[in-house]
Amino acid sequence: MARNLRLVAAAILVGALSSAVMAQTFSALRGPTPLDQEGPPPAMTPEQNTSVREPRNYPEQPPVIPHSTEGYEVTVHANKCLSCHARTRVRESQAPMISITHFSDRDGQFLASISPRRYFCTQCHVPQHNVRVPVENGFVDIDTVLRGSAPGGTR
Amino acid sequence: MTTTEVPRPSFWRRAWSFALEIWDVLARPSSVFSLGFLVLAGFLAGIFFWGAFNTALELTNTEPFCTSCHEMRTNVFEELKTTVHYNNRSGVRARCPDCHVPHEWTDKIARKMQASKEVWGKIFGTINTREKFLGHRLELAEHEWARMKANDSLECRNCHSAQSMDITRQSPRAVEAHQRFLFTGQKTCIDCHKGIAHHLPDMRNVPGWQ
Repeated sequence: MARNLRLVAAAILVGALSSAVMAQTFSALRGPTPLDQEGPPPAMTPEQNTSVREPRNYPEQPPVIPHSTEGYEVTVHANKCLSCHARTRVRESQAPMISITHFSDRDGQFLASISPRRYFCTQCHVPQHNVRVPVENGFVDIDTVLRGSAPGGTR
Repeated sequence: MTTTEVPRPSFWRRAWSFALEIWDVLARPSSVFSLGFLVLAGFLAGIFFWGAFNTALELTNTEPFCTSCHEMRTNVFEELKTTVHYNNRSGVRARCPDCHVPHEWTDKIARKMQASKEVWGKIFGTINTREKFLGHRLELAEHEWARMKANDSLECRNCHSAQSMDITRQSPRAVEAHQRFLFTGQKTCIDCHKGIAHHLPDMRNVPGWQ
């Protein structure tokens, strides 16, 4: 019986403490807003809008889109991306052609044109915004690693 | 029933004799009104008719009129709302007739006469469901593309003049494209800017699309 009472007391204590903690504010990624409230959303930033290609951070990375894609329709009816990046369109657009890997279906068969599984461009390729990242990224690319100049030295 | 009754003349025969009577009245000189009165009355009636005609015409050239039909309101108008021609930085916006009806009077009347086909479509419900509308979307879009191609994108140029276009304020891609194709006259606005105000139809067989 006494043990049960102690358990109940402990539960009440934990409950009281956690509600006190809930009422406090934290300065975390979500800002100083209390946990039970929704803070103001960060301001939207304009999309990067150049025609300059960005390097990939690693060879398999889907290249990022350096230009704005606002209002671009990629649906079952139309694909605005392909009206510049398709094989037949690059002379006029001078845009990079979609990779030949995109012509292959999942059995490795090469098709005449883009494979349906690669049709929705923005599943992998995304436009960029200039933002202050909330968490710094310590990624170091392979060339830097091989040169041994990575912070922390050669391993 | 007896067979002595004279059969009533047919509708068309009666209509014809009525028209002949009217013509008889119109062909005779007036015996009551003076020439001056008739001229003045004709002049005033002309002004009144012209004003009424133009007012009615302009009434059909407004967005509330276009969106009074559910075909326009629930399909193309909803799509327009998400685009830059409805919702943008400076709050200037294009209304339906800005792009779909020429601003010059003669061209406007020509377009309005074509639009009688659209009244027909409304009466017989050619696109009165979403599915029927989607089924006709390519055909409808092709009409608009053909019109804009033929008049060198006149409705675009009513607001977007190539002379006033400051390409130093455009994105590098836009500068390149406008310099190569627009300023050289190789292409007109609609050649590249399809589907900027409404969703696109099935583009598989449209040149320049996949």
